[in-house]
Amino acid sequence: MFRTALRNVLAHKARLLMTVLAVMLGVAFVSGTLVFTNTISEAYQKSSAKGLDQVDVAIRPEGRASHGDTIAKQPRLTPELLDKAAKAPGAGTAIGVVSGFTAIADKDGKLIGGDFQSQGGNYWGTEDPRYPIVDGHAPQGQDEVLVDSETAKRAGYKVGDTVRLSIDGPVLTPKVAGVFTTDDGNVAAGGSLALFDTATAQRLFHKDGSYDEIDVKAASGTSQIALRNALDETLPKDVASTTTGKQLADDQAQQIAAATRDLRTGLLVFAGIALFVGTFIIANTFTMLVAQRTKELALLRAVGASRRQVTRSVLIEAFVVGAVAAVTGLVAGIGIGAGLRTLVSRFGGTIPDGPLIVSPGTVATAFAVGILITMLAAWLPGRRAAKIPPVAAMGSLHAKATAKSLLLRNTIGALLASAGVAVILYSTTLNASDAQGPMGLGAAILVIGVFVLTPLLSRPLIAAAAPLLRVFGVAGKLARQNSVRNPRRTAATASALMIGLTLITALTVMAGSLQTAIDKMASSALKADYAVTMANGNDLSPDVEKRLKSADGVIATSPLRNAPSRINGETEFLTGVDGATIGKLTALAVDAGTFEVGGTRVVVDHDTATSHHWTAGSRFTVSYEDGKKQQLTVAGVYRSTEMMRGIMLDTATLAPHQTEPSDMQVLVKTSGGATASAKDALVKALGDNPAIRIMDKKDISNRIGQMFTLMLNMLYGLLAMAVIVAVLGVINTLAMSVFERSQEIGMLRAIGLDRRGIKRMVRLESLVISLFGGVLGVGLGVFFGWAAGELLGTKLATYELILPWGRMAVFLLLAATVGVLASLWPARRAARLNMLTAIKSE
Amino acid sequence: MTSTPLVDRTTTVAARATDLSKVYGQGETQVVALDRVTVDFQQAQFTAIMGPSGSGKSTLMHCVAGLDSFSSGSVRIGDVELGSLKDKQLTKLRRDRIGFIFQAFNLLPTLTALENITLPMDIAGRKPDKAWLDTVIQMVGLSGRLSHRPSQLSGGQQQRVAVARALASRPEIIFGDEPTGNLDSRSGAEVLGFLRNSVRELGQTVVMVTHDPVAAAYADRVIFLADGRIVDELHEPSSEAVLDRMKRFDAKGRTS
Repeated sequence: MFRTALRNVLAHKARLLMTVLAVMLGVAFVSGTLVFTNTISEAYQKSSAKGLDQVDVAIRPEGRASHGDTIAKQPRLTPELLDKAAKAPGAGTAIGVVSGFTAIADKDGKLIGGDFQSQGGNYWGTEDPRYPIVDGHAPQGQDEVLVDSETAKRAGYKVGDTVRLSIDGPVLTPKVAGVFTTDDGNVAAGGSLALFDTATAQRLFHKDGSYDEIDVKAASGTSQIALRNALDETLPKDVASTTTGKQLADDQAQQIAAATRDLRTGLLVFAGIALFVGTFIIANTFTMLVAQRTKELALLRAVGASRRQVTRSVLIEAFVVGAVAAVTGLVAGIGIGAGLRTLVSRFGGTIPDGPLIVSPGTVATAFAVGILITMLAAWLPGRRAAKIPPVAAMGSLHAKATAKSLLLRNTIGALLASAGVAVILYSTTLNASDAQGPMGLGAAILVIGVFVLTPLLSRPLIAAAAPLLRVFGVAGKLARQNSVRNPRRTAATASALMIGLTLITALTVMAGSLQTAIDKMASSALKADYAVTMANGNDLSPDVEKRLKSADGVIATSPLRNAPSRINGETEFLTGVDGATIGKLTALAVDAGTFEVGGTRVVVDHDTATSHHWTAGSRFTVSYEDGKKQQLTVAGVYRSTEMMRGIMLDTATLAPHQTEPSDMQVLVKTSGGATASAKDALVKALGDNPAIRIMDKKDISNRIGQMFTLMLNMLYGLLAMAVIVAVLGVINTLAMSVFERSQEIGMLRAIGLDRRGIKRMVRLESLVISLFGGVLGVGLGVFFGWAAGELLGTKLATYELILPWGRMAVFLLLAATVGVLASLWPARRAARLNMLTAIKSE
Repeated sequence: MTSTPLVDRTTTVAARATDLSKVYGQGETQVVALDRVTVDFQQAQFTAIMGPSGSGKSTLMHCVAGLDSFSSGSVRIGDVELGSLKDKQLTKLRRDRIGFIFQAFNLLPTLTALENITLPMDIAGRKPDKAWLDTVIQMVGLSGRLSHRPSQLSGGQQQRVAVARALASRPEIIFGDEPTGNLDSRSGAEVLGFLRNSVRELGQTVVMVTHDPVAAAYADRVIFLADGRIVDELHEPSSEAVLDRMKRFDAKGRTS
C-alpha cells in the first residue's frame, strides 16, 4: 500500500504543489517564529548575563506599602550603608549605582536611540570596573560626561566634543570626557548610556545623595551566597534587600523569556490562522484526488484491498505531502527567522549578536505541525475513498459525484450560526470585563457556523452577482454556474479567504472607531494650543513651565502635576493645576457644580466621585505625602478624558507639601493660536531641547493615531500570510476545475468560444468565488467590530461605530484582485487546452 | 480574407480539401495521418467517412472542421481558406458557419436543454431565429424537455439536444464525430434519422465519421479512408454494401 501511495504522490506532483505550498507557508511561519524568538531570547540572556559579571550581590531598597493615612517613604541606600556593605566579611569592592533618563542629541539636535532607551548613570570613582574607558578619562562635575562607544560611533562624538543632554527639561551641554564600552543590555538593544561622576548623577537624578542600588563584588574565595548571608547580617533588614548576581541573572532571563513568550504567542496565533486556512486547501485537494481516482480505488477494493487499507493509502499520501512541506517549511522558516532579525535591526531595534538558534523543539514542531495538519485535513476524504464500492471499477465513466444532501449540514450550520449571534448579542449587554469570554466564544461559534453554511450561502449570494456578470455574456453566465456547481468546494475556497478578511475588517472597524473616539476626547476638551511633555513621558522639571510662561506670545500655562496622597485609606493621585488658568486651557464637560479650582476647592472626575460617593459640595480629608492633612471641598464633577482625570487642585495648595515637584505635562495657550512662529518661540524658550516634545492638538491626535496605525499595519502584515495561503487555495480550486472540465472546455472551444472567452470564464469564476469570500469576511468583520465596540462603548463615552467604507471597499477590491491574480495561471492553462484531446471520448 | 481560389468554385460544394496532408513527428518517427487527400463535400448532402481505426478518418474531419491544423494542402469552408486563418478567426468560423456533434461530453451540465441548444448563438451574441428554433426543436421532439438539465435526460435525448444545437444556428456544414457511438441502436437510429431529415427537408450539409455500417447506410455517400488516403467511395449505400467494403479492409489487414 505504501508503494501505491508513494506512486500516487509522484503522479500528482503538479496538483499537490499548491497543497505543499500552503502547508509549507504555515510551517515556515511557525518555525520562523520559533527560530526568531529563540534567537533573540538567547542573545538577550547572554548579553544581560555578561552585564551582571561585576555583580555578586545587589542591594536594593526594601519596598514598603502605604497603609492608613500615611504614604510610605521608600528607604534610601545611603553612603553609610555602602561603607557598611563594603566592610562586610567576604565583600570586595562595593559600587553605588545611580541611574535615570538622559536624552542625548546627535550633532543635528535629534534624539539618539528610542524614547525609552536613553539612559544615564554614574561613573564610580576614578576607575569603574563596570565601564572600561577606551578613550579619554573619568568625568568630573557637571561639565563632563562619558558616552558609550556605540552611541559615540553612531553620532560621531569624540573626546572633547560638546554634547546636548537633557534629564528633566533644562538643556545641559557638557564635554565628552571619554568613551567607554559596556555589555549593558539596553545599549546592546540600541539605546544610549551617558555617565556622570557619582555626585553629579545623584544631583541630576534627584537622588539626594543616595543610590538606587549597591553592587558588591565578593572577595576571591567567597561565594555569592556566603556574601549575601554576610550582608544580610550586616545591613538593616527593613532598609536593604539583597539578591545574588546569579539570582538577578535568572530573574532577568525569566523576564526576557516571558517577554519573548508573549511575542511568540502573538506570532503563533497568526501562524495558526494561516495553517487553519491551509487545511481547507488540503481537504479540497484530497477530495478531488479521491474523486478522480474513484475507478482506481474501486479496482483496489475489487482486487481485495480492505476499506482500512484504502483510507490508509490516502493518509500515507497526506503523510508524504506533509513531510515534504515540513522540510521545505522548516528551511524557509530558518530563513524567515534570520530575515526578521535583520529586519528588526534595520528598523532601529538592535538585537545583541548571537548565533541563530534552531532548537530540536523547533524541528520537532515543524514536522509535527506539517504532517499532522495535512493528515488531519486528508482524513475525511480518506474515509470517503474507503466508501467507494468495488463495483465502481466496472463503470465506463467517472462515477458521478452523488450530490449528497446538504440538509443536515445546513441545519447544523444554521443552529451554530444563530447560537453564535445570540451569544454575541447577549454578551454586548454585559459589562466589559464579564463579556470578553462569552463574546470570544460566540465569535468562534459564529465563524464555525458560517463555515458550515457557506455552501448554502453561496447560491443566493452568487445569484445576486448575476446582473453584473451578465455584462460579460456567455462567459459570465457560465462562470456563475460553474462557481455554484460544487458548492462544497467553492465554500471551502471562499472560507479560506473569509477568515483573513473577517479579522482584518474587525480590527479596522474597531481601531478606526476607537481612534476617532479618543481623538475626539483628546481635542474636544482641550482649549490649550500646546501640550509639552518629555519625549519619553518622564516628568518635567517645574523649571520648564516657568520658561514657557515667559516665552513670547504665551498668555496662559498650567502644569499637570502629579502628587500621591491617601484618601479614605486608599492611594489617590492628585493632579496639581494652575487654578487661575486651567479654565482657559481646558473645556471639560461638567456634570455637577462648577469647574472651580483654588484654595481648598477642587474638581473631581465622574468615576472618582462615584467611587467615593461624592457630589458637588462634598467634603473630604486628604493626607499629603509629607503626612499633613487638609479638608477639601468638591466644587464640581467633570467628565474625564484620556489626558485629564482624577482630583484637580491648585498647585499653590499642593506646593507646601511637596519637596521635589515635577510635572507630567504643561498646557500652553498662545495669543495667536497654534502657529509655526508660536511653536518656534516655545522651542527657543526651552533652549532647543530635543528631549522635550511640544505637541499641538494635531500632534496629539497623530500620536494616538500613530499607535493605532502601527498596530494595524503590523496586524495587516501578519494577516497577509493568511490571505496568501487563501490565494493558493483559489489557484488550487481553479486548477482543479479546469482539469475536471477539460472536456467541456474543449467542446466550448469547438463550437466557437475563443481563447479570450475561456480565459474570461475562468477569471470570472475566480472573481465570483473570491468576492463571495470577501463579502462574507467583510460582513462578519463588521459584525464583530460592532459587537466589540458595544463593549468598548461602555468605557469610552465618545465611542461610536465608524464604518471605514473606504477601507472596506479596499478589502473587497483586494479580494477581487486575489481572484484575478489567482486565476491567471489556471485561465491560461484552460485557454491552451488541446481541444482535440479534450473532446476525445474514452 | 480569401486568396484566389485554387479550384473552380461551385456553388454546390460546402467544404473542400485539396492535397490535404497531416504529418506527425519528424524523420524516423514520422507518421503520415493524411496523405494528399482531395475531397469535396457537396451541399445538402449527407456524407459518412469510414475506415479502420488509424486510417485518418477523424483527422480528416478535424482538419476540415477547423479543429486541427494540417501540414500541407488546403481546406475551404464555402469560400474561406482555413490554412491562412489564425486561431481567433478559426474560432469565429466554427462558431458562425459550422455545427458539431460529438460522441460524448456534448452538453454543458449547468445549462438547460434550451440553453445548450442556443449556446453557439449566445457565444456569438446573436438572437436565435425563433421560428427556425421551434422547427428544429419540433423535429428532434424535445418540446417538453427544454427546461431539463442534461443529467435529467437520457443519453438519446442528450444527443438529440446536441443535434438541435448543431442545427439551430443554421451552419453551412455540420460535422459529427461518431455521433451514435455511445447510444443504443434505437436512440442511434433516431439521431441518424434526424440528421438525414435535416439534409432532405432542410437542405443541411452533414459530414459524419463513423465505424458503424448501419449508421453509414443513412448517408447519401460514404467515403472510405485507409492509411491516410481515400480508397473508395459508395453512393446511396446499403449497410450490407458498406459492411462488405469494410470486410475487405479486414482481409487486407490480415494478409499484409
